[in-house]
Amino acid sequence: MSYVGIVLISHSPKIVEGLKELIREVIQDVPIELAGGTEENEIGTSMEKIMKAVNDADKGKGVILFYDIGSAKMNAEMAIEMLETEAILVEAPLVEGSYVAAVESGMGKSLMEIVNAMEKNF
Amino acid sequence: MELRVEDAIQWFTKVNEKIQENKDYLTSLDQVIGDSDHGINMARGFQEVENKLSTQEYQEVADVLKEVAMTLISKVGGASGPLFGTAFLKFSQAVKGINPVDYTSFTSGIEEALQGVMHRGKATTGEKTMIDVWAPVVHSFQEAHDFEDNPFLKVAKQAMEDTKDIMATKGRAAYFKGKSIGYIDPGAASTYLIFEALEEVIKGSK
Ligand SMILES: Nc1ncnc2c1ncn2[C@@H]1O[C@H](COP(=O)(O)OP(=O)(O)O)[C@@H](O)[C@H]1O
Ligand SMILES: [Mg+2]
Repeated sequence: MSYVGIVLISHSPKIVEGLKELIREVIQDVPIELAGGTEENEIGTSMEKIMKAVNDADKGKGVILFYDIGSAKMNAEMAIEMLETEAILVEAPLVEGSYVAAVESGMGKSLMEIVNAMEKNF
Repeated sequence: MELRVEDAIQWFTKVNEKIQENKDYLTSLDQVIGDSDHGINMARGFQEVENKLSTQEYQEVADVLKEVAMTLISKVGGASGPLFGTAFLKFSQAVKGINPVDYTSFTSGIEEALQGVMHRGKATTGEKTMIDVWAPVVHSFQEAHDFEDNPFLKVAKQAMEDTKDIMATKGRAAYFKGKSIGYIDPGAASTYLIFEALEEVIKGSK
């Protein structure tokens, strides 16, 4: 069975590493890819890292993206524009949002169902 | 004057020089209302731009602008990367196939650049961002008829100074609310440097 993939974007690589660890406590099968920090792993975000993460997270059911602050959003939007993959950036809190999305994805929900759940919950 | 490939390269070579010279200044502006990285971000991005432009060959001005855009998008790191990157990407698309770039095409190019920044940042004028310099400069280009009789540099300088009085509502500076008043916006300052470099290219070509 394939699942909707999740991409976690943060200015800090450590934030998304910790968050992935937290989600993996409960959900093992859902693809979770990280795009934390710049190319050099400094504080910031990278469009290319986000593009790669989206590609890796895509198993045919689309990808949902979560971000932390400001410029991460702009880089994420550009990454989505450059890719063919069905990918949606959502306005939900990074930690709680992605946690809920992972649970929903694990239940086999579609990308649109998860996005709707995000809009309802946050 | 018309902008040729060599002028475009010279423009960004000068931008890089100015950004490197003002790296600490730009960072100090970002220190009061941001996260103290604007000078570092811009210096890293434009150094990389310079490295590319000094070693590659370009057919037309649009190719130079595209190179600048893609390099800034991948190297800058902060919000200014996608913003300036989108600006020069839209500029490039607007002047594609036009070489050299005449005044009217250049004007359409920076109009598109401004639209790109506004779309990317979901922001408009009066929010204490680089848009507060881009917008009046675009207006100045629309009003004037050629590069030489265009007071865009004076306009840019005044616009940059005026960002002091604005309270930030977009970007990181917005978190500082009223405390952001009294300081020049870092992105407005670096946008000014970009146009200062353009003015020098125009003067030099006379
Ligand atoms: N949403 C936005 N729209 C337009 N310009 C913005 C926006 N957010 C930030 N900026 C510009 O970017 C500058 C900050 O750039 P920089 O310090 O490199 O990025 P960051 O804010 O991610 O640290 C600001 O001074 C402002 O001019
Ligand atoms: Mg900053």
